[in-house]
Formats: sequence, structure tokens, C-alpha cells
Amino acid sequence: MNTVFRSYDSSSGQRSDRCAGDRQRHREKVHEAIRQNIADIISEESIIGKDRDRIIKVPIRGVKEYRFVYGDNAPGVGQGGADTQPGQVIGKGEQGAEGQQAGDRPGVDYYETDVALDELIDMMFEDLELPYLERKHLRQIQVEQLYKRKGYRKKGIRIRLDKRRTAVSRVKRKKAVQRADAFALRPQRFPFHKDDLVYRHTVTEIRRESNAVVACIMDTSGSMDTMKKYLARSFFFLLYRFVCTKYQNVEIVFVAHHTEATEVTEDEFFHKGEAGGTFISSGYRKALEIIEQRYHPSLWNVYVFHCSDGDNFESDNTAALQAAKDLAAVSNLFGYGEIKPLGSGYYGSSMIQFFSQLEADNFQTVQIQRKEDIWPAFKGFLSRERARDDAA
Amino acid sequence: MPATFTIQELESWNERILALVKDFGLECYPQEFEICDHEQMLAYMVYSGMPSHYPHWSYGKNFEKLKTLYDYGVSGLPYEMVINSSPAIAYLMRDNSLLLQVLTIAHVYGHNDFFKNNFTFKTTRAEYTIETFKAHANRVRHYTEDPSIGLEKVEPVLDAAHALSLQCRRNLAIRKPSQEEDVQRRLAESAPAPDPFHAIHRRKDYVAPDLNRVPLYPEEDLLLFIRDHNPLLSDWEKDLLTIVHEEAQYFIPQIETKIMNEGWASFWHKRILDTLGLPQGMQVEFIVRHNQVLSPAKGSINPYHLGIKIWEDIERRWNEPAREDGRPRTKTGREKIFEVREVERDASFLRRYLTEDLIRELNLFEYQNRGGDQVVARVADDENWRAIKETLIRNVGTGTIPAIKIEDADYNKNRVLFLKHHHDGRDLQLEYAEKTLRYLHQLWGHEVVLDTEINGKQSLLAFADDKLTIKPVH
Repeated sequence: MNTVFRSYDSSSGQRSDRCAGDRQRHREKVHEAIRQNIADIISEESIIGKDRDRIIKVPIRGVKEYRFVYGDNAPGVGQGGADTQPGQVIGKGEQGAEGQQAGDRPGVDYYETDVALDELIDMMFEDLELPYLERKHLRQIQVEQLYKRKGYRKKGIRIRLDKRRTAVSRVKRKKAVQRADAFALRPQRFPFHKDDLVYRHTVTEIRRESNAVVACIMDTSGSMDTMKKYLARSFFFLLYRFVCTKYQNVEIVFVAHHTEATEVTEDEFFHKGEAGGTFISSGYRKALEIIEQRYHPSLWNVYVFHCSDGDNFESDNTAALQAAKDLAAVSNLFGYGEIKPLGSGYYGSSMIQFFSQLEADNFQTVQIQRKEDIWPAFKGFLSRERARDDAA
Repeated sequence: MPATFTIQELESWNERILALVKDFGLECYPQEFEICDHEQMLAYMVYSGMPSHYPHWSYGKNFEKLKTLYDYGVSGLPYEMVINSSPAIAYLMRDNSLLLQVLTIAHVYGHNDFFKNNFTFKTTRAEYTIETFKAHANRVRHYTEDPSIGLEKVEPVLDAAHALSLQCRRNLAIRKPSQEEDVQRRLAESAPAPDPFHAIHRRKDYVAPDLNRVPLYPEEDLLLFIRDHNPLLSDWEKDLLTIVHEEAQYFIPQIETKIMNEGWASFWHKRILDTLGLPQGMQVEFIVRHNQVLSPAKGSINPYHLGIKIWEDIERRWNEPAREDGRPRTKTGREKIFEVREVERDASFLRRYLTEDLIRELNLFEYQNRGGDQVVARVADDENWRAIKETLIRNVGTGTIPAIKIEDADYNKNRVLFLKHHHDGRDLQLEYAEKTLRYLHQLWGHEVVLDTEINGKQSLLAFADDKLTIKPVH
């Protein structure tokens, strides 16, 4: 019998990532699984309003390897100490079929994987299969003008003469001459020739930036409770994230209104409760005012979304319709979301019906009743933008 | 990081170890050692040590899992990895210390001897292992690259085949009878028994056996049966099923002898290193490492520990001059353990040689799931040690795989595949059963029905039209 030792070969160590293909395929499967469950994940409260760098745990189905295995009533044997007594708890079993913790029993797969929120959001929007939105040329502003080097030329202005390359090309020419005629008398001088000169070439590059503003308008009247606000917040969050993927410079404006409207901070927007009635028109007028002053539509792509429970004062309806028309005229997309959680009772007034009089192709109404409605509603909302883009 | 040893050092240690291996009477295949780094080790682990293996995402998944555990320090890497082939190939991690390499080399020879001599490995054709796996890899890659097949068709077949691969015959030392032999057996069984009083007895009516029944006897090799009896499968699909089946069969002996095999290798590395005369520094490290590997796992079973305990116990008992009942021993301890390593597998090994004394010494206990907790149900006392032993035996080797056999391929005269789970008190995990039946349905192409027991009730799990229905049997 003989034995062979094969020594370590570092080059083969670098070459032999033989598992790379299988890892890649596994990752694709994980992403597929996430994509299939995206609606569930979105409706989980934890991702809304969190940092974009945050890592979230996403439950995975579909990447488990199934076999016939024994269930809960299969006993096992372990090794204990002299003090092990019947009835002693030694560990956690599997918590039903959809256990929360990673299984500690052999053969139990991990149920969760970590995904960065940013990555998840990218996947979400990939799922929408939206065409790339064309930025409006007029609404781009030139932010930088750069001179960038790009190659070399035989001709140019003196200041861009590349001395090093010029010298090199002279040496080349000299060598060529010598090789061509090795026995030629070596000339005393070998001066620079016009052909040796090399100039740097530059091009002007203009970087344009596209701007977008998301105006979130929310009814903060007494009838908007926490649940309604939460639903509104989820929707705003998605809209903001979506706009962020499409534009380089995105700003966000919060307008809260009851009978009067004020511009507020994000925190106030979601947490401050107000009492009183509702004049929707006040919120729209305020938004129009802000857009007029700071985000002129010739420079900014404007996205406006308004969330309310549809409980407007009758007398304000006509004014609201007019303001909505004005707002639709200045924005890329203007949406109205009516939030009526199930069991919140039926309110006689629904603005959705009223707003159906508004004929603007960038205006869209959605109704949200539950968490699960948010994603379909959002998709529907954006489909309007898509249809418009396709038509254009 | 530079290695802490040279190949020359390893070779000189190896020579001394080999001399002892011969002295002790171990009989090995030729051995090859390959030095690798930890990334390579992880990759070898994922592909069961095979230098060449067909691709599938599950190996990528496994790699990520192992790497995460390793990176976070939850688990270390094994010091050694050895595959059952001739020559046996083992991998040594270059970052390990010289002592660990010496320990590993000795340990590897233990495995090598076991692979060569244990009866369960007789069918694995060790001299062709590497080539077989390579050929499998080439065939799968060929199908993946074939534009008329491609990964998107190959992968679902592999997924389904992997789910069923361990549903195969367990004791490969018993030859599988041919179709012809099965027919003869059926006929012989149904022939009337010879009757010495035939002159006065009325002859019994002869009932002809149903030779058209498929299968004639319950069939354990699920993948092979589907391959041979689903006419809609194309050649490449049949080939994939064959590949996955052959690979599973190759690993069955290792599943069946985990405790014996690890115990045997640990037993011999200890014996060899004790005899080797290590310099003092290495001797101390050896004791530390040996105790790390062989420490009992609280709450579960460490096969290294349980294995070496039983081997040592057998040798000790047979070295005593007389048996427990006073009759003299016919074999020495050494002779006995060599015999045992050849003729047993884990289940029989534990049944014959795990004594009451050992169960008590090891403080073995039985646990059960109660409301999400694992609760100690029995401890090793006078009443319960037998029950604990029985439970342990059912939890080793292929005992952890539910026994499911094909009873009828034309159930209700409708090409429904009827399977029976041989229930032994342990229910199937239903979510897993459902998903696995889905795979079975995918491969069979018709409804599949599994007869099992759920919470004490005989039930039929039928998978058809993309959903599972559970019907109790009255």
C-alpha cells in the first residue's frame, strides 16, 4: 500500500471556486421566492418608514428541500448528565410547520433570509415591470460642466501638448530609422519632427440632473385614526421610494390639513393628531402654493398624493374639485387615496365618486381598506403613469 | 498564512503511522492526501468530498449555510474529510497544526480500513467512485447545455429526484431479485403445500397468483420504479433519475454506519497516537484535541463519542478471560472488534453491543416533543433502559428515513401510484409529506396516494390536480 501527498497549490485555490455557479443559482431562487411573497412582505409593518440600510428578515418558502421526514411525535435520544430527570425541558422543538426560529434539528431548513431594504425595494419595483420613465428634458437642469480627457490627437493647441508621448514617438521614429538602415551614418542630431507631436484631446461633458418632488397631502382631521394614518404612511412610503429610483434628486413635502393646511415635518405629519372638520381644498391650495414657490413644474417633476378618509364638508367639494384640477395640471401624477378600513362604518360622503367628475389623464383614485390592498392599489396607481408614457 | 509543516514532515510521520497501521492489522486501500485551504474544504464538504460533481442549487445553499456558520464561529470545519474510494482521497486543511495533521492522518486510516472491510460498503465499487461521479457530472452538464433541454427542464427533475432519492433499498448486501425471480417466488408461494394425506383430503382449489400486478412485491426503490414504469419520461429524464439514485445508494452505507465508522476511526487514531511516542508539546495538544472531538454532546448524540465508547467496551469485555456467564472467550478483544467492524452496521451494532451498563454510564435519555418543547421522557433506569435503546436504534442510520414502499402502480385500475408508509409510531411531517408527494406526482405524471397514519388514524394522502386531499380510512 502506498500513500501520496499532494501539496497545496495556491493557484488552484484561487481557481477552484467550483461552487460559484450553484451559489448563484441558489441566490436566484431566494430572490424568486421573495418576489413571489412581495405583497406579504410589504404589508408587514416593520419595513415601512425604516432606514434604507436596514437588513430585514424575510421568510422564504420554496427553497427548502423537501423529503419524507418524521414529524413532532418522533422521540429522540440524547446524552445527559447524572442529574437529568424526566420532565426536564432540554430545548425547543419545531414550532409547527411555519416555525419562526431557525431549526436546530437536523434536516430542518432555515426559514428566513436577510435582505437589505434597498435590495428589496429594487425587487419590488422590478416586479412592477415598469418601463424606464423618460425624464422630461425641460425639467433637467445642468448641474455640472466637466472637461474630460479622451484620447490623443495629432493636432491641437500648444497648451495641450503631451511632452512625454511626444518624446516617446520621437524615440520610436529614431529606432525605426536605425533599424531600416543599420549601417547608415549615425546623424549628429535627431530633432523633433512635426509628426512626433502628440496633443491631449478633451471633450466637454454635461451632467444633467433630474428633479422630482413628492408632495404628500394628508387629512389630519379628527376622523383620521392611527390605522388610517398607518395605511396612508405605507402608501406614501412606496411612492417616495419609487420616485427615488427614477430621479436623482428627490425632495419630499408634507402637507397636513383639516380645515386649514400647514406644511409640517415628517414626524409631525405622521404623529400629530388634530381635531376638527375637513376642507380638502385647503390642502390642495397649500400644495399648489408650495409648488409655485419652490418646485416650479418647468424644473421639477411633481408627484402629488393625497390621503383622506373621504369625509369632506359638502360646502368645500366644488372648491376641492377646482383645486384638484389645478394640481393635476402642474403634476406628473396626482393621486387620491381614500382610506376606509373595514369596519370603520360607512360614511355617506365618498370623494371618489365626486372626483370622478375630474377629467385629467394623470389623475387617479384608489381605495384602500386593508394592509393587503396597498400593493395592488399602488400598482394600479402607477399603471396610469405607464399608460401615459406608452401613449406619449 | 504559511503552513506550519512541510510535506517532508508529513511523509515521515505518515511512514511511522503506516507501520503501526500494519502492526495493528488494519487493511486499507491506497491513500491519497491533498492539502487544501478552508474555502476548498467547504466546497469539498458541500459536494461530499468529490473532486467532480454535478451542479445543483442545493449545494450552493449548503455552502452558504456552512460558510455562515463557519464565519460566525458557530461551527468549525472538520479536521479531515475522506471519501470512500480506491485510492481513498482525504483532504487536510493547511492551516491546521502539525499535530492535527498527524491526528487526522491516523484517523483517516481508520476510515479507510472501515470502507474497505465493512460489509455495507461491498456494493459501492470504490475503485470507480471518482470516475462514476465525474461521468454523472458530465452527463448532467451535457443535458443542461443541450439547447433542447436546458437548466430550466433539468432542475425540476433534479429537485424532485433529490426529494425521493433516499427512498431506496437500505441493505444493499442483499441482492435485489430480478423480475423473473419475483415471478418464480410468487408462483412458488401460491402453489399448494405438499399434503401427506392427499389421498383422503379434498384438494384445495388452486388460486392463480396475479402476475400482472405491478409491482409483484412492494418496491422500495422509488426513483428506479418510476424510471422503469413511467412511459412518458424521456431518456434524459430517466438518466437523471438513475444518476440521483446511484448517488444516494453510494451514500447509504455511510448513513448506515455513522457511529461505527467514526467510533472506529477515533479508536484507532487514539491507539496509534498513544503508541507513536509524540514529543511532549504535541502530546498535550493531542489530548486537548482528542477530548474536543470526543466530548459528549449535551442533549444529543456525538457519534464519535458513542462509537469509541462501544468499541473500547467490546475490546475490554472480550479481553477478560471469561464471559459474564462464566464460559471462556473464544476470541481476543482485538479479534472480536475486527470481526464486528466487518459484519455489523449501526442498528445491529447498537443492538448487540450497547449494554445496559454503557447506557447508564453515558446517561442516555429519551426526549419527546411536548407543546413545542423537547422534554426528557425517560432516563436510564431499570425500567427504561431498554426503551431508550430501542428509540436510539430507530434514530440511527436509515432508521431516520420513513419506510415508504410502492404497493400498486395501477391503483383503481387508473394508473394511480399507491404507496404505503410502514408506520412505526412516528407520523410523517405533513407539510414535508405534501411537498414530497407533489414531487412524486410530478415524476409519475398521475395521481399518487400514500397510505399512512396520522394521529393514530389510518389515512390516505392523495395528491392530484395540484392539491393534497386527506381522507381517513374507515
